Amino acid sequence: MGLELYLDLLSQPCRAVYIFAKRNGIPFELRPVELRKGQHLSDAFAQVNPLKKVPALRDGDFTLTYSVAILLYLNRKYKVPDHWYPQDLQACARVDEYLACSHDSQRRVCLFLIYKKVMFPVFLGEPVSPEMLAATLAELDATLQLLEDKFLQNKAFLTGPHISLADLIAITELMHPVGAGCQVFEGRPKLAAWRQRVEAAVGKDLFQEAHEVILKAKDSPPADPIIKQKLMPRVLAMIQ
Amino acid sequence: MGLELYLDLLSQPCRAVYIFAKKNGIPFELRPVELLKGQHHSDAFAQVNPLKKVPALKDGDFTLAESVAILLYLSRKYEVPDHWYPQDLQARARVDEYLAWQHTTLRSSCTRAMWQKMMSPVFLGEQVPAETLVSTLAELDRCLQLLEDKFLKDQDFLAGPHISVADLVAITELMHPVSAGCQIFKSRPKLAAWRQRVEAEVGKDLFQEAHAVVLKAKDLPPADTSIKEKLKPSVQVLLR
Repeated sequence: MGLELYLDLLSQPCRAVYIFAKRNGIPFELRPVELRKGQHLSDAFAQVNPLKKVPALRDGDFTLTYSVAILLYLNRKYKVPDHWYPQDLQACARVDEYLACSHDSQRRVCLFLIYKKVMFPVFLGEPVSPEMLAATLAELDATLQLLEDKFLQNKAFLTGPHISLADLIAITELMHPVGAGCQVFEGRPKLAAWRQRVEAAVGKDLFQEAHEVILKAKDSPPADPIIKQKLMPRVLAMIQ
Repeated sequence: MGLELYLDLLSQPCRAVYIFAKKNGIPFELRPVELLKGQHHSDAFAQVNPLKKVPALKDGDFTLAESVAILLYLSRKYEVPDHWYPQDLQARARVDEYLAWQHTTLRSSCTRAMWQKMMSPVFLGEQVPAETLVSTLAELDRCLQLLEDKFLKDQDFLAGPHISVADLVAITELMHPVSAGCQIFKSRPKLAAWRQRVEAEVGKDLFQEAHAVVLKAKDLPPADTSIKEKLKPSVQVLLR
């Protein structure tokens, strides 16, 4: 059994792993884990990841979780082009720096937005107050400003002249609020230009393919009550 | 000007960087940044890290933030023994996986536990509601259980038979609630044994030295009003 990737493209880190593997021609079996059907909570999947989260990787007997760890593993094992995670000491450090702090605000606010704007009202049938949504939208705005001012600045990509893992993580995160109907790139020409460059570097077709699910998330049929009951505790823990 | 490390040993990630640099005989100038005096908000420090956080590194013109990025930069530049961040693909992945997991879990609960149980009442003169503290300590307990069950398991160290940066990051985190009087090792013999091994590898003297500040934090005089006002906004989020 070769490399298996357990993914749901609804999930941002899954999209980053998917795009990376496909772009680099890494052979793998796609093991879909449908979050909206609660498949991540199954006993079978717990064998792969007892933390019950995607993405997860299985390579023979070796299992691995967390998108950054998975991306770095694939990066080393399959000897992909240097620019994804450069050998150069300082260039590499810039990627590490971005990967470490993106956890803090950007990922959180992008996740909160897709939940508050789409998943709660549409899928889970739980209303979200306008004030709560407004607060998260304001946070998104601040995050986008930080991304432009501290990371992108006047460079072509986040950590230098070439696309790296940092750009993959960032773009897949920002597509979450796009999927929620937020105007992320409108009125931000610098970020919009960066997005074009990332899409071109990844390949338009692959980029579209990876984002089909999230862009259709707002058309999710409502969850059935049993599934909803199963999902709610973990969702609430994630969004607090 | 050689390597400069901007640190406050009150901070867990600063301790991990300090121990790593000292243990590996990496020559550096220590640039103290006293968090409780609000020195991280100074214009001078913003030149080093515009995000106003410690630890931060300056190596000539190159500045770097985020403890994980700093640890990896130092391990590569100074060619430290392999076990800190092993070349072996799977061993390295285990370190990456730990570093990714801890960021949003153990780190958060250790910081909250220490601030809610000790720093807030002692330094800021504000008691945190009992339910909040109970909930935070329960969360810490869950994280410690995961640390034992998912990462440490029956190994000597978190990523295998040898100490790595994962252990440094973890132990410095756990000393935060210890400094607040949480008996986290008392009922956890596995973790206690692991702690002994980590201390022995690091060296007792260096370990004590790195933790002197945080272990004396409970004896701090209360903050004066101007300091309180300065720190309160950034500390609020830790008290929930």
